[in-house]
Amino acid sequence: MSGLLVFVEHQAGELDRLSREALALAGSLAPATRGQVEAVVFGSGGADAARGLGAAGVGTAHVVDDPRLDAYAPAAWAAALVELIASRSPRAVIAGGSDRGHEVLAHVGARTGRPLVTNVVEVVIGDPWRLTRQRWAGSLLEDAALSTDVALMTVAPHVIPLDEGAIGATGEAATAAADVARFGPSVSERDLVARVTGGEPSAAGGISLTDAKVVVGGGRGVGSAEGFGELEELAGLLGGAVGGSRVVTSAGWRPHSDQIGQTGLRIAPDLYIACGISGAIQHIVGCKAAKRILAINTDPNSPIMAAADYAVIGDLHQVVPAISAEIRRRASA
Amino acid sequence: MEILVCVKRVPATGGRIVLTPDGQEIDTRYLGFTVSPHEECAVEEAVRIVEAQGGSTTVLTLGPAAAEEQLRDAMAVGADRAILLETDGREFDPIATGAAIVDAIRAQEAANGPFDLILFGNEAADTGDFQVAIRVAVALDRPVVTGIKSLTLANGEAFCRREATGGGWETYQVPLPAVLSVKEGLNLPRYPSVPGRLRAKRKEIDRIEPTWSQNGTVKLGLRLPAEDGAQVEILGNGAGAAATVVDLLVRIGVIAS
Repeated sequence: MSGLLVFVEHQAGELDRLSREALALAGSLAPATRGQVEAVVFGSGGADAARGLGAAGVGTAHVVDDPRLDAYAPAAWAAALVELIASRSPRAVIAGGSDRGHEVLAHVGARTGRPLVTNVVEVVIGDPWRLTRQRWAGSLLEDAALSTDVALMTVAPHVIPLDEGAIGATGEAATAAADVARFGPSVSERDLVARVTGGEPSAAGGISLTDAKVVVGGGRGVGSAEGFGELEELAGLLGGAVGGSRVVTSAGWRPHSDQIGQTGLRIAPDLYIACGISGAIQHIVGCKAAKRILAINTDPNSPIMAAADYAVIGDLHQVVPAISAEIRRRASA
Repeated sequence: MEILVCVKRVPATGGRIVLTPDGQEIDTRYLGFTVSPHEECAVEEAVRIVEAQGGSTTVLTLGPAAAEEQLRDAMAVGADRAILLETDGREFDPIATGAAIVDAIRAQEAANGPFDLILFGNEAADTGDFQVAIRVAVALDRPVVTGIKSLTLANGEAFCRREATGGGWETYQVPLPAVLSVKEGLNLPRYPSVPGRLRAKRKEIDRIEPTWSQNGTVKLGLRLPAEDGAQVEILGNGAGAAATVVDLLVRIGVIAS
């Protein structure tokens, strides 16, 4: 094989968005390798995910067939991937910029002594490879050269555009089914020591920040945990979710899992409403993939204005309830 | 419990990043320095474990001589000892960084006995490589769990929780000695006290010269991402803008007309 191997993540057979971004990047690079895109899929439901990969441009999907590897075990999954790399000799192994994508490829790099380049945004195949990757979670870009036999890379979240029609659509692409190859790696017990032994569902319920089409974010200007009631109300009317800046989670006004930014979540909603958030770069990198940003802030010169598409200048404690009231008024009119 | 915490000195960027004229570095002339919030939580966790169970915390960094500042910051909040892998200012890639840390750990463990826990932040704030903890663990043949937000130690094992893709939590249980990388949210780090700062000032720092190497990647330069350049559209002032905002929400399809 002279092509590319993509580490594909899924939730019970449903492809993860960041894996679709990795597949999109691989698809754009495949012609230059004169090879095809292959995929490797782990976990229960992997076969279901594999069948749908033809529509994503995958020629062969390797499904790991070993019940010991159904639960996530980063070192063991990496051992399987190392074995597949040896038998398939891809030019590159590409994963989404997710916790597991970074982790599994870091294990592959560590086991084989190869470099891993994380969060790439642009790739030119050559000798050496030319890559552009994110530093500071995307506040800064690094141009780099990479010389290696198998390039290991993860793809920065929410940068590679997805052609929404191409995956799962009817038509020529969708009818080309991926070949599914079952694959039973040899895995040692030592590699299974660190593995997921249990789980707890999300306590909050409702829509998650990373899936929500609308996110209402609050910053220092919200002033207190109670102040978030107004943001919750607006998010409820818009079918959205509420998040916050680092100031807010460090102050304990919101749980840390609600933090949007470099040390929290990267979101990509259709609309992000930033309330009382000044816009430090560590926050902006978490929300800049939003299609539109509406800032509500008393300070027209705050840095959030440079990232925002729309703004209301004013106190969020007046503006946000007024927007909620206007939505209610029109709904009942 | 003997704990090693690895941290990295990075500029405290807040507003716009400015690069040096040659595009190789961030211009830090007007910036302070810090460590990632993930690493502040790693130091805090180590100090809390030692307060509860005894033992000691060693903090280690690979960086220029000035990185002594970050080591003293960690000692001011309770770390007992510090090791500086003092570079000549050249950037170490993740493979070289991992190898230098492994060498230092082996030397320390040969002299003072094993570390039960080696802690890292989930990723460095600046380069965001997401891999040094794993490279160190694989070289030392120890289990590693990354990105954890809760940690309980009992019966020679570490019980870890991390957030799962798509919400909720996943749990891991690994025997010690182990390598763990942590995320902000694990705890709320304390501020240093004045006596803590004074004690930290007087402590010795163990200095080691690490070996630089290049391992397949070469940094060509840094640049700022292109800005979209679009001007913000001001919809209005105060509560009076509500109707204009709702018109916008209808126009972009967020609410039905």
